[in-house]
Amino acid sequence: MVAKRIIPCLDIKDGRTVKGVNFVNLRDAGDPVELGRLYSEQGADELVFLDITATHEKRKTLAALARDIARNLSIPFTIGGGISSVEDVHVLLESGADKISINSAAVKNPDLIDELALNFGSQFVVVAIDAKWTEEDWTVFLSGGRVPTERRLMEWARECQERGAGEILFTSMDHDGTKAGFACEALSDLSEQLSIPIIASGGAGTEAHFLDVFTEGKADAALAASIFHFREIAIPDLKHYLSDHGVPVRL
Amino acid sequence: MIAIIDYNAGNVRSVLFAMERLGKEAVLTADPEQIRSADKVIFPGVGEASTTMAYLKSSGLDQLIPSLTQPVLGICLGMQLMCTHSEENDTDCLGIFPQAVKRFIPDPAHKVPHMGWNSLENIRSGAFLPEEMNGEYVYFVHSFYVEEGPFTIASSSHALPFSAAMQKDNFFATQFHPEKSGKAGEAVLQHFLKI
Repeated sequence: MVAKRIIPCLDIKDGRTVKGVNFVNLRDAGDPVELGRLYSEQGADELVFLDITATHEKRKTLAALARDIARNLSIPFTIGGGISSVEDVHVLLESGADKISINSAAVKNPDLIDELALNFGSQFVVVAIDAKWTEEDWTVFLSGGRVPTERRLMEWARECQERGAGEILFTSMDHDGTKAGFACEALSDLSEQLSIPIIASGGAGTEAHFLDVFTEGKADAALAASIFHFREIAIPDLKHYLSDHGVPVRL
Repeated sequence: MIAIIDYNAGNVRSVLFAMERLGKEAVLTADPEQIRSADKVIFPGVGEASTTMAYLKSSGLDQLIPSLTQPVLGICLGMQLMCTHSEENDTDCLGIFPQAVKRFIPDPAHKVPHMGWNSLENIRSGAFLPEEMNGEYVYFVHSFYVEEGPFTIASSSHALPFSAAMQKDNFFATQFHPEKSGKAGEAVLQHFLKI
């Protein structure tokens, strides 16, 4: 049976990790490769690197980062953050990225999903969706959650799948940062209505939240950042906890 | 020297990087002479079957690959293309393994693509995949699969059992990505390089 995946997410700016990372045994916690390696050794199943660099030099730093990670790590990784064209993605593939994630660019230009799936295969294309509960439905937001759109979560996720997305990474803005648990109800709806894997993001605070997201939320993978970076939850402990509760994980 | 067949497939570079990590010299090449004279050949692949077969035909690699006599390792799409026929856009393949490649049908408990870590089961091989690796998790990303058959040397399951690895004479193949499967994957690559 395919294992449920645990995915640490690293925010990158100008080639360095940004969130305050609290690891004593790390030579350089600001080095994405070093931190990625540590997570890989602890049993992370995949890694997501989210580039929040705002400059036009971004494409170059992203490609260099992808190459550096691919050279040094032997688990799959996704790169996201401001990717908006087939050319951007081609460079990342050439540099060794396993997947890319697109967010705002897909909402603004949905044909991009079709183009990427056609050029690089669905398995390469993760569509990230940020959404917030507003007046009886989930509204999709752009630009890191600042700009609301006309899109609703479920119809947009279904359209992404039809256009060729290989996975959906859903972040509930209502849950993100609360450490009060994932948006299990919406996740479970997504999982039941779509046939591609769903990655849950936003709200992880305890080991029990991960158990909930895999059972009630029916997610295929769970992503979290600060609770791993600040060592509030250690990945080996989390995986043993999940395994003890009957969730298939890679130990 | 290890030749990694360079064609228009995604992510050939991650196999090259995996060789670097193992301290092995490898080259990405589509040159028939260089491929024929290599000690080992790796036929990687992420992509779509019909486009890739068309490319292999246009470059003559479709004739070269089945005629190789040194150990050859097909990975993912590489393994599927070593079979007879693929349901992916009704594509005739290289015919090294007398097997058909079929499409996974998704159901609520089994998403497609089959993506993530799954365990190796029922290993029936020697040096390439030792039995101690039964139960080891390796990384898969695929929407098509090869049924179990006479040349299957390890299985895995996703709604139904399928070939996780195959071997026939000097041809070895894995549906999973050893270059992305952490320590377990590195062990598989090392076993192949020692054959």
